[in-house]
Amino acid sequence: MSHATTSRTDAGTTRPEPGVDRRPLARRRRNRVLLQVACILITLFMALPIYLIALAAMSSRQSLQKFPLSFIPDNFSTETMQTFLQSTGILGGLINSVQVGVFTLVLSLLIGVPAGYAVARFAFRGREPYQLFLLFTRALPIVVLSVPLAQLFLQTGLYDSVLAVVLLHSALALPTTILITASVFLGVPRDVEEAARIFGCSPVQAFLKVVLPMAIPGIAAASIFTFVMSWNEVLGASILTLNQRTLPAQVLSSLAESPLAYRFAGGFLLVVPALVFIFFMRRYLTNMWGSTIR
Amino acid sequence: MADISIKGLHKTYPGSTELATNNVSLEVAEGEFMVLLGPSGCGKTTLLRMVAGLDFPDKGSISIGGRDVTYLPPQDRNLSMVFQSYAVFPHRNVRTNIAFGLMMKKVSREELERKVKWAADLLQLSPYLDRYPANLSGGQRQRVAVARAIVMDADVLLMDEPLSNLDALLRLDFRAELKKIVQQLGSTTLYVTHDQVEAMSLSDRVAVMKKGQIAQLGHPITVYEEPADRFVGGFIGSPPMNFLDGRITQQGALEVGGQSIAAPEFLARAAARTGGTPVMVGIRAENISLEQRGSEGSLDAAVEVVEPLGHATLLTVDLGGQTVKVQVPATAKVSAGETVGLRFEQSALRFFDTETQLGLTA
Repeated sequence: MSHATTSRTDAGTTRPEPGVDRRPLARRRRNRVLLQVACILITLFMALPIYLIALAAMSSRQSLQKFPLSFIPDNFSTETMQTFLQSTGILGGLINSVQVGVFTLVLSLLIGVPAGYAVARFAFRGREPYQLFLLFTRALPIVVLSVPLAQLFLQTGLYDSVLAVVLLHSALALPTTILITASVFLGVPRDVEEAARIFGCSPVQAFLKVVLPMAIPGIAAASIFTFVMSWNEVLGASILTLNQRTLPAQVLSSLAESPLAYRFAGGFLLVVPALVFIFFMRRYLTNMWGSTIR
Repeated sequence: MADISIKGLHKTYPGSTELATNNVSLEVAEGEFMVLLGPSGCGKTTLLRMVAGLDFPDKGSISIGGRDVTYLPPQDRNLSMVFQSYAVFPHRNVRTNIAFGLMMKKVSREELERKVKWAADLLQLSPYLDRYPANLSGGQRQRVAVARAIVMDADVLLMDEPLSNLDALLRLDFRAELKKIVQQLGSTTLYVTHDQVEAMSLSDRVAVMKKGQIAQLGHPITVYEEPADRFVGGFIGSPPMNFLDGRITQQGALEVGGQSIAAPEFLARAAARTGGTPVMVGIRAENISLEQRGSEGSLDAAVEVVEPLGHATLLTVDLGGQTVKVQVPATAKVSAGETVGLRFEQSALRFFDTETQLGLTA
């Protein structure tokens, strides 16, 4: 539910009272308009490339060569997308990418949420070094991480599998997941958790029934980061796989020798799932019970 | 319903060397409303948390209804609690908030609905059952917290400063309401507050705490009228009790600020033996009245400040170099700078040892 807090004083209809300076109101109105313009500009800046990619991906191969390109989809065709989807490794890559994204999400939440809770709630020995150590994985370039991992995975037979990429991505996602969820758990009052204990919950039940639901927005934010990171990560995925490529790795490997249409279609397919995921998670990100964070 | 028996509780919080509670023992009878009163940091909340099972004592024991619960987790103690910050669950609506404890107990559906309805009616929450706490006012949230606690039929009801987050007017209203509800329920209640008015108005007995120990335990009026030591007298009452340095002379007179009035028998007798002793005199503002200057048994004092309060007027007077608060009827005509005569009500005079600060009684 939203609270309309700004009470509008309508300046147009009432006659100005003598001695009342209305200029601050005009300034306020002007600032509001400027803010709107800024919002529109930024939105355009973000949305325009996505729109252009979508436009190109949905146009026929010939229309891409036209000049100038039209901004309206005049000859809509699925031809480009179809050829792209039918080319080798793309569908497999798509499936792999979704699998990697979802498993990474699950794994990093399974480990990261309890870890974040521990960091937020318990004063255990070595908490400070642990928090610092967490960031080390992100401090190292992915290449530096991936090459030794590739060797390890080759030895253990994990190489060129979805699991290998999931493990790498989880390791990359965990620091953010832990830090984000820890800060959200810090925001859950201890009283509320204690109230749950008083009213019959075991510690685990109190966590599952009260603390976790209250941390949903943070968990949603962490999920988005994790999924999008995993979806976009290409370097590690390229090093750790050969045939079981994820979509970005697949597209990257064939990017140089592919036609323009292929690249647009690839770009489109890479953008859409992440957008869809964010669209669905948005609800949890901004909606708290009975109050909306705007 | 059950009694609470607390024996010799010691507790030190990790990282602190000071005892949060120091050998506290307390018996709360079945159905009694016991208030733990004290300034912040006196250990009253620690004591409550140990009864609740949210903290564990280092030493000592707690039993509820004859069952030892010292180290049982909170969910196994069959108690309910109202928190200072309300601690309602923001992700559940009022109905499920109230029903939370019953749901955890797996109470049957009809029973649950009946109880929620009863509590909601009692606390005037019926129109809000489907709302979320975010859309309630502070007072309504506290009602939800109380409703959630009373549906439990718990052995013991614990309250941790439940009124302190409400604004003054609401607090006054809700205090009376709370008293009514608890009387209706008849449950054993342990109530923590730093507000002496709350303690006076709600309790059957009050335990005044200081530095992890119980300074005085008794009926609220007794504690008010006969404070066991200077701390209790100074903590309870608004304005707090006046304390004056005085002296009992060998002749059996009480000397205060260079003037003397009659001293009580038991002190006079002791002073006659020892040749006069210093004492601390305690008297409440409302037990001092204005008197014609120079009349028998009156003390001269200079009025420094006059504060009309509506129902009465509070005077700050200087009595031989010591500051005294005096409460006089609102009709009294006094102005600052005037010299007035004061009469101390003999029966209301309290005496404290100047060394130990403990009360002296016959």
